[in-house]
Amino acid sequence: MAADGCGAPAQDTALPASVDIEKETVLTGTVVNEEGESVQGAYVRLLDGSGEFTAEVVTGENGQFRFFAAPGAWTLRALSRFGDATGEVEASLGLNETKLSVSR
Amino acid sequence: MAREDVLVTADWAEENLDTPGVVFVEVDEDTSAYDSGHIKGAIKLDWKEDLQDPIRRDFVNQEQFSQLLGERGISNDDTVVLYGGNNNWFAAYAYWYFKLYGHQNVKLLDGGRKKWELDARELVTDKPKREATAYVAKPQDDSIRALRDEVVAAIDAKNLIDVRSPDEYAGRLLAPAHLPQEQSQRGGHIPTALSVPWSKAANEDGTFKSNEELREIYVQEAGLDESKPTIAYCRIGERSSHTWFALRELLGYEDVKNYDGSWTEYGSLVGVPIALGDEPGTK
Repeated sequence: MAADGCGAPAQDTALPASVDIEKETVLTGTVVNEEGESVQGAYVRLLDGSGEFTAEVVTGENGQFRFFAAPGAWTLRALSRFGDATGEVEASLGLNETKLSVSR
Repeated sequence: MAREDVLVTADWAEENLDTPGVVFVEVDEDTSAYDSGHIKGAIKLDWKEDLQDPIRRDFVNQEQFSQLLGERGISNDDTVVLYGGNNNWFAAYAYWYFKLYGHQNVKLLDGGRKKWELDARELVTDKPKREATAYVAKPQDDSIRALRDEVVAAIDAKNLIDVRSPDEYAGRLLAPAHLPQEQSQRGGHIPTALSVPWSKAANEDGTFKSNEELREIYVQEAGLDESKPTIAYCRIGERSSHTWFALRELLGYEDVKNYDGSWTEYGSLVGVPIALGDEPGTK
C-alpha cells in the first residue's frame, strides 16, 4: 500500500474518527465574504508564531477549513476572489474556532 | 537552462491550450478538483493511483509508466505541461518523475491551479479524448533520485535540505498541519540538514520566486554550499520535488537529488542518527 501523501484533504467533511480531539490541537473555522456568505475555494494558510508558512488548505462548500497543529500562537491568512483576511489565534488543546472575513 | 524552458506562465498556457503537441496534465493526490473543473484539454494523473506501485512502496516501473502514458495519449515528443493544486507539489513531483523516466519536454505551469483560480481563468468539465500512443519510457535516471543509504552517507558530507515546516523539522509536529498527527515514526530531522521550508521558494499566489530571490534564500540565508551535491527531502517526497525543481531546474545546480523516501522512511529506520530542535545538529 502506498503511503499517503501530504496533500490537503477535503475540508467539508467531518473530523476523521481516528482523530482524538483530546490529544490534537485543531484550528478550524469558516471564511466569509463582506455579506457574511461562506466562501468556497478560498486558500487558507497557517503561519507559525514567527510568521513562517506551515500549511495551506482550500475551503470546502461551507467555507470551512481545518488544521492540526500544536498549542500556541498561530496566524491564519485567507486569499480568495473576494479579497484577503488575516486572523490571530492563541490555540489550546482541542477545537479552536475562528471566522475569517475577507475583503478587498 | 532558461526559466521559460521549464516553467510557463498562465498567459502562455492560455495561448497554447490548442497547440498541437502540447499536452496539459493536472496532477494531484485528490483528483476530485479535476472532476469539478480543469484547464481545457487537460488530462489527469492521480499521484497515488497512477504513479505509485499498489503493493510495495515504490514507483510504477518503466513498462508500467510507458503503458500509462500510452493509454492517456501522451507521445514521447509531446511537450507536457504539468499543473495541480497544493501549490504544484504533486505537479512538481510528476515533473521529477517524468524526468526520471527520461521524458524530454516537460514544463510546470507557474502558480498551478491556485494562480489559475485566483486569476478567475476558465475551467471546464469536458474530458478530452486522446488517441492511445506507443509511449516508450527510458530506464530510471538515478542521478536525480536519492535512496536511503546514500542519504545516511550524505550526513555532514553533502547539502541536505529539509523542506518541511519548521515545526516538523524540530520534531514538534510529525506531518503538515492540515493532517492528523498520529504517526509511527520518530520526530526530528537528519543531522546537518538545513531547514528551508518549500514555501520559501514560492510567492503567496503559488508562483516561484525569481532566481535572485531563490539564490538569496538557499545560499546566503540558509548556507547551501554550492560546491557540494544536494539532496532534498520532506515527509514523503512531493514538497521536496518542488524544492528540487527550484534548485536544479531554475537555479541550474547539476547534482541535486530528491529523496522520495523522506521522513516517513528515515524517521522509521533503526539505528540512524536524528537531530531534534531548530538547529541542524552534528554528525
